[in-house]
Amino acid sequence: MSADTGDAQSGGPIVEITGLHKAFGMLEVLKGIDVTVERGEVVCIIGPSGSGKSTLLRCVNVLEEPNSGSVVVNGFELTDPDVDIDRARRSIGMVFQGFNLFGHLSVLDNLTVAQRKVLKRDAAEAERIARENLDKVGLAEKAGAMPEQLSGGQQQRVAIARALSMQPAVMLFDEPTSALDPELVGDVLGVMRQLADEGMTMLVVTHEMQFAREVADKVLFMDGGVVVESGHPSKVIADPAEDRTKTFLSRVLNPVHASETTD
Amino acid sequence: MPMSPRKRAQAFRGVQYGILVLALAAVAFLADWETLGNAFFNLDAMATQFPGIITTALINTIIYTGLGFALGLAVGLVLALMKLSSVAPYRWIATVYIEFFRGVPALLVFIALGFGVPLAFQIQFDTYSTAAIALGLVGSAYIAETLRAGIQAVPKGQVEAARSLGMAQSRATFTVVIPQAFRIILPPLTNELILLTKDSSLIYLLGLLGTEYELAKFGREGMNATNSMSPILLAGLCYLLITVPLGYLSRYLERRAGRKRDEGLEVTA
Repeated sequence: MSADTGDAQSGGPIVEITGLHKAFGMLEVLKGIDVTVERGEVVCIIGPSGSGKSTLLRCVNVLEEPNSGSVVVNGFELTDPDVDIDRARRSIGMVFQGFNLFGHLSVLDNLTVAQRKVLKRDAAEAERIARENLDKVGLAEKAGAMPEQLSGGQQQRVAIARALSMQPAVMLFDEPTSALDPELVGDVLGVMRQLADEGMTMLVVTHEMQFAREVADKVLFMDGGVVVESGHPSKVIADPAEDRTKTFLSRVLNPVHASETTD
Repeated sequence: MPMSPRKRAQAFRGVQYGILVLALAAVAFLADWETLGNAFFNLDAMATQFPGIITTALINTIIYTGLGFALGLAVGLVLALMKLSSVAPYRWIATVYIEFFRGVPALLVFIALGFGVPLAFQIQFDTYSTAAIALGLVGSAYIAETLRAGIQAVPKGQVEAARSLGMAQSRATFTVVIPQAFRIILPPLTNELILLTKDSSLIYLLGLLGTEYELAKFGREGMNATNSMSPILLAGLCYLLITVPLGYLSRYLERRAGRKRDEGLEVTA
């Protein structure tokens, strides 16, 4: 199999994770994860903090190097040392909790810099695609602004547009609304919902149960470095089978009540 | 009755003003102003220095410093990257270099370069090159440490974002990290430039032609010619002409960087 082409058969799953283990020193964070994401699927990963959700997501584009197991994304075997990781990452968009916009570049340049330097698009083409995506996230008029002039919600939407400008095959979201003021969360979730409707393949680590319930095709509940339960949200969120899932959901969905009963 | 804390603070301020007035009075009455005036503020002696002190000395000081700073910046950047390298021997080499040139007086570097290198290798650079190399060696050690701190101050998420967009590590470093590191270190970098401006006064050690005089040498030659201290005072004022605006620039950049940071915090809070 050729690891470099990246042209996967359009039929197979776009993300295929098998037997994934990851440890930081002595601390074992992922203890054997198997996940498959089909094209066009929206998969939400939920679970308590420290359960390994973010680490799993960061293994999908190898921001964290797995210790063992295999991660295949869009035909690239990412755990193969011979794979061109920079090339593989072009087709994997990532949105971070802290936005991570390039502070020294304008919004437009944030969206064009990788298109020009990585994809070698000419400036006009890169700008056209950037403006298209800014328009899509509702920030066309902010093209000339600097990131620091934008609210957190606007910065996150720019970050989404930046990832989209690379025309990725799959988008990873690492708690995209966790750093936002509550009133700014809706705009970002709205953009993500629209992306899902357009058929984008998405892998989302989130605490927004409402979003997971309404948008996800599949929900993974993680705890202690393993996937405890997975399936359609109508099952995992509305009618969980495992006790650990039930406990977590009751705390998240009804925090005031949960704290009263656990004390 | 013991004084209240506020009364005591007031009294203490009064004492501080008193000391200041006494010190000024002592200088005003005890110093020999007439001799001092003749020695340092002889306007006729100062007048003989123009226009050379500007057209030759000031310009040369700026050229020597500018060349040294440019070289120091280039070498400093390489050293900073070496110091952050994952290859241990690069880190060792950079550490030894930085410790050495930061710890040795600039004077010794000038002597080594002006006399040691020509003896050892039978080569003789022209003054401008030697000055640039000597100042560059001294400056690069400081600049490297400043740059390293600046590079490390750029949040890790910036590199992660760049890598996730498919940039190689080196491209992420040069496109995303270093431009932002420079924004962070502009104020301390301006200070390095001020220090280097003063270190350029050591260039006289190389033995200079008249057209190569920088401010300090020009001032001392003027002292000999006029039998007055005034030319060196004038040279000192010329240094301030360079360094004071740089100091203001540094503080301005610092304020601007601080304001940006505060605004940034507000947004993400």
